[in-house]
Amino acid sequence: MEAAAEIKDHYRSDFERLRDGLPGGRIPWMKRRREAALARFAAQGFPTVRDEAWKYTDTGVIARRTFTTASPPARAALARGDLAAFTIPGLDCHRLVFVDGRIAPELCDLDALPAGAAVGGLAAALEGDAAGVEKLLGRLADDDGNGFAALNTAFMTDGVCLRLADGVALERPVHVLHLSTADTDGTAVHPRNLVALGRGSRAVLIETYAGLREAAGLTNVQSEVLLGEGAELEHYKLQQESAKTFHIADTGVHVPAGARYRAHGIDAGGRLVRNGVRVRIDGAGAECELNGLYVLAGRQHVDNHTVIDHLKPDGVSREFFKGVLEGHARSVFSGKVIVHPDAQHTDARQTNHNLLLSENAEADTRPQLEIYADDVKCAHGATVGQLDPDALYYLQSRAIDEDAARSLLIYAFANDVIGRLSLEPVRSYLERTLTERLLHGRRVEDLI
Amino acid sequence: MLSIRNLQASVDGKPILKGLSLEIGKGEVHAIMGPNGSGKSTLAHILAGRDGYQVTGGEVIYRGKDLLDMPTEERAREGVFLAFQYPVEIPGVSNIYLLKAALNAVRKHRGEGELDAMDFLKLVKERMKLVEMDEQFLYRPVNEGFSGGEKKRNEILQMAVLQPSLGILDETDSGLDIDALRVVANGVNALRGPERSLMVVTHYQRLLDYIVPDHVHVLAGGRIVKSGDRSLALELERRGYGWIEDELRATGS
Repeated sequence: MEAAAEIKDHYRSDFERLRDGLPGGRIPWMKRRREAALARFAAQGFPTVRDEAWKYTDTGVIARRTFTTASPPARAALARGDLAAFTIPGLDCHRLVFVDGRIAPELCDLDALPAGAAVGGLAAALEGDAAGVEKLLGRLADDDGNGFAALNTAFMTDGVCLRLADGVALERPVHVLHLSTADTDGTAVHPRNLVALGRGSRAVLIETYAGLREAAGLTNVQSEVLLGEGAELEHYKLQQESAKTFHIADTGVHVPAGARYRAHGIDAGGRLVRNGVRVRIDGAGAECELNGLYVLAGRQHVDNHTVIDHLKPDGVSREFFKGVLEGHARSVFSGKVIVHPDAQHTDARQTNHNLLLSENAEADTRPQLEIYADDVKCAHGATVGQLDPDALYYLQSRAIDEDAARSLLIYAFANDVIGRLSLEPVRSYLERTLTERLLHGRRVEDLI
Repeated sequence: MLSIRNLQASVDGKPILKGLSLEIGKGEVHAIMGPNGSGKSTLAHILAGRDGYQVTGGEVIYRGKDLLDMPTEERAREGVFLAFQYPVEIPGVSNIYLLKAALNAVRKHRGEGELDAMDFLKLVKERMKLVEMDEQFLYRPVNEGFSGGEKKRNEILQMAVLQPSLGILDETDSGLDIDALRVVANGVNALRGPERSLMVVTHYQRLLDYIVPDHVHVLAGGRIVKSGDRSLALELERRGYGWIEDELRATGS
């Protein structure tokens, strides 16, 4: 669908305004890519509910507004003290901070990186090693698939660029804070993340998306994850933006032989959120695990849209998504698994459970298995329901009052996902923050 | 301890209990036996406070208070404990967490302070020995993936930790092999005492070889139709329940 003329004009003029200041502005291939992406966006526009992949998520609220890309701040917008609200206690990590889509070097901690590890901002990587970035950037982006991705390629400002040479183990996790300071509606940021791990290397990446104020902004993220054979990435994405923010993210992942990708997406914030994850299981014994938890209230809408392509034999994929919904919240889970003819002995499993705490909340769950190989194991299960009355009765018969019993069961439901996280500090952090949210300010300790 | 007087209750408009009366004194062990569908489990759950039953007549006085007037959790805090026939699995809540939450709720109600972590753990480990449970069960989700025997032992463990005044065992023997039955029964027997009354609901006499009751009652057609001592249980085992139903018909009741 063609973008409405005035919307197209808005993004074109915003692009003209920024063009020379965007990263890689003097690099010919980068300029060409941005121009081409803008043309693609103009041609296809934002997705609509007529697109099968966006059937349950109406992005009209985004398409009808005009979002203007955040300009580089005139001076440092944040001090170190401002980060305390977003850091994870007890986590020993490298830290990268992006404020309104651009790196804030004075807030970053990148000491003691091992040899063979290049960790920093994408904009800086484009300046310092344009040829190296050119080979990686854009390989897994979804520019042809949806207008948001194309818009990201046209406007991308900065994001994490994590590259490891073969056999490098990055022991400390990398925590990336994407913070927005906008206090008026209509600001857009277009973070672009690039992760490329060499053969047999491994890393842990934690991304936090958060805002300092409540504003109807657009966070439009595109991430690309390229793993080498036998490489391992554990990727956390903690989305805790304001309840007015629109957050559209897409992640493309390539998992070759023996490599392993584990992702944990936790959504607590946002007004309308879309997490697209596309994984290519493209080598013998490649594995991916996608876990997700969404805790929603009010009129929040979160759409987790995953597509896993099993292209080669002996691949393993696991998906485990759970959600707790209150108020008029709405969730969508679409899990497509395509087992291609070559992908014999694929082992794919998918689960989505939703707990509705209000009559007005709604959860849609759509498993989609397309299997073109004959010797595979594929399973899926999905539920949408309320708290189990038998479990409530059992707890009450053990002297626990109804309110506490309900809270305990809600906590337990969500904790099932949090318990799968490997990093203890992240687990404790989420247990605390999400529990406070789930239990309306109460702590689990108060229940016992 | 417990006075049930002319209790009548129905489920979805269908009468299940039709005037049941029973007195349980302090420190006594009463067995409630009866054919399937006679209302045994209904009685146990009405006492514990499950939703979904309509009490249409009669009353239940527990230690001088109207039991049916109390919310479920208050009954537990007042010392009523039901060991479930089908203990509920609760993924995501660890056994030790439930034990602690339950014990602290009971202690708070009694005006006692919360136990600190060390004392609590010590108490629980000691009680686990009663039912020969391995410590690893403390850290597993409540009943999730437990075998039938493990679930029943877990029920008795909870009872041993909470120290109720009235323990109601609902078909605790169902699904147990003879070794597990012995372990569970030993655990229950260790909890017998002058201050604790037990109501043992069972279809089979077998359990009563291990938990020897002071009184045996037969529940049929929603009422206690016969009461006696332990020999009544043995007679039921020998002759089945049919003769009681025949007697009832003969007397026209």
